[in-house]
Amino acid sequence: MTHALMQAFAMVFEPYTILVMILASLFGLFVGAVPGLSATMAVALLVPVTFFMQPIPAIAAMVTATAMAIFSGDIPGCLLRIPGTPASAAYTDEAFALTRKGEAELALGAGLVFSAVGGLFGTAVLIVASPALAEFALNFSSFEYFWLVLLGLTCAVFITSDRPLKGLITLMLGLLVACVGLGNPAGFPRFTFGNTEMTGGIGMIPMMIGMFAISEVIRYAVDTAPPGEVVVDKVGSVLRGQWALAKKYPVQILRGSTLGTAVGALPGAGADIAAWMSYAMSKKFSKEPEKFGTGHVEGIVESGSANNSALAGAWIPALVFGIPGDSITAIVIGVLYMKNLNPGPTLFTTNPQNIYAVFMLFIIANIIMIPLGILCIKVAKRILKVPRNVLMPLILIFCIVGTFAINNSVFDIGVMLVAGIVAYLLEENGFPIAPAILGVVLGGMLEENFITSMIKSDGNLLAFFTRPIAAGLAVLTLLVWGFPILRALLGRKRMAAA
Amino acid sequence: MKINDAVFGALLLALGIAVLAIVQGYPKIPGQQVGPALFPGLIACGLCIGGASLLWRGWRDRGATPWFAAGPWVRSPRHVLALVVVIAGVVFYMLAGERLGFLPCATLLLWALMWSLGVPPLRALVIAVISALAIHFAFYKLLRVPLPWGVLGGIAW
Repeated sequence: MTHALMQAFAMVFEPYTILVMILASLFGLFVGAVPGLSATMAVALLVPVTFFMQPIPAIAAMVTATAMAIFSGDIPGCLLRIPGTPASAAYTDEAFALTRKGEAELALGAGLVFSAVGGLFGTAVLIVASPALAEFALNFSSFEYFWLVLLGLTCAVFITSDRPLKGLITLMLGLLVACVGLGNPAGFPRFTFGNTEMTGGIGMIPMMIGMFAISEVIRYAVDTAPPGEVVVDKVGSVLRGQWALAKKYPVQILRGSTLGTAVGALPGAGADIAAWMSYAMSKKFSKEPEKFGTGHVEGIVESGSANNSALAGAWIPALVFGIPGDSITAIVIGVLYMKNLNPGPTLFTTNPQNIYAVFMLFIIANIIMIPLGILCIKVAKRILKVPRNVLMPLILIFCIVGTFAINNSVFDIGVMLVAGIVAYLLEENGFPIAPAILGVVLGGMLEENFITSMIKSDGNLLAFFTRPIAAGLAVLTLLVWGFPILRALLGRKRMAAA
Repeated sequence: MKINDAVFGALLLALGIAVLAIVQGYPKIPGQQVGPALFPGLIACGLCIGGASLLWRGWRDRGATPWFAAGPWVRSPRHVLALVVVIAGVVFYMLAGERLGFLPCATLLLWALMWSLGVPPLRALVIAVISALAIHFAFYKLLRVPLPWGVLGGIAW
């Protein structure tokens, strides 16, 4: 283990990796601070560049950029009342109310410091939980994997979305896209329509770039809302008073980080849902709930730590099972496969140095977040003035070139455009996008484990329930499926009673 | 752009039926009960059920929600133009990229989109040329992506 740790240390502290981390941090801070550019988009835009890197610098770029972007999304929320990324939306009004009271530095500082704290907490859970889970998962057969993937997809549809029917539909669409091509257990070309480009399947990366970047460019093009105005002239020292906050709200920090890590680890739910849930939780358990919404920092402390801890939490199922915890890790998994670092429990046994390196990257990213974040807050006014009508065209051309770069294929650019338009239309009409992405990423795995299990059991469906862990996962999955039905029935009864 | 659930439902139902029809023609694997048709077939069933429920829900609420409701941008020519330029720009790049080359295509696309988003034309042109050159340098020289030269093939550097 010491040997592997030393190797990991050497890989992480190589000058090249450090340089990549610093550049990725600046990129992440910028993307997060510009409204309309999300942390997921930052990763999608990074993929074409990381494609040409060694695995560890590539992962370093994605880990640091996302951590920074989730923090810096707080900045426009606080100064313009427009969240920089969806993960800051939960407490944007609160932060802006603080700004109105002349306490912008308190809100920004709390966002920064407790982002780092939450991120480190999530990392600690990642370090402790994932090797243990991996050891456990080594005994899994196709039956367990089948249920695990199904459970993940089920969670994405039923728990983390308030529209289960629409979530189910986007999940089906994602699974259908995953069926395209030769990559199925029978090796039969499906839905290729005689097109040679499609025999290899629909490229995951072009699709992600489309769904997360092109859809935002489209949204910006048709956005008629006027831009926000910065109301603050100067932001004071952001670190002042944070220690007092930490002493005042230790329970909130712990609760936010724990909830965030757990929500992050749940497939389909990421930093944004973690922030909403923990803001609501903070208000519910607060001693002064009446102050929420009027510029009270408590909720920012709690949900600010939640959204960053969710980032690390999402890596737990991603690394151990190859099941993404959020849309960011969905892209990361695609990159890991391209780098021959296929996620799964064997990643922990055969190449532990890579896993240790990932842990170290998380720790470093959350530590350098504080100085770089302060720097970012200092120049925030200038970032917010970057003309988006210049930025968006640049992002569009970057998407085109980046997509082309993966396979040197023009067909992929078409995939990107279609995915972008479809994602825009679906989101406009209240269809959640996360289940679709999970469907695309996990479709192959679900089918493979399903078919393998069917062949092993000779078509006997009962075999899916005979192994103890498989049976446990099956019961859990069915419970989650039954939950909305139960709720609907109970709701009806209550209505009938009333 | 808001579209009534019933329209989505009908489209999804049609998609589900189409997939079911296609997978009927997939081969069976001798000696096995499961073939390449099983998994997409199950998904298609899911799509049909989901589509039908959505169709029913949309039809039930048809009085409350219109069939199509465009956002306020439809009445603003500038925003419509921007949307058209985004989509047409990507299609244009796909069709003409190889023949015209990356630099002319990217410059044109960048200029058109910036101009449609309200950047003054001359400034847009300067930014477009500089950024196209910068992206070309980064991807062609540093990352060695074979971006096409097209009409500039004679002076390739």
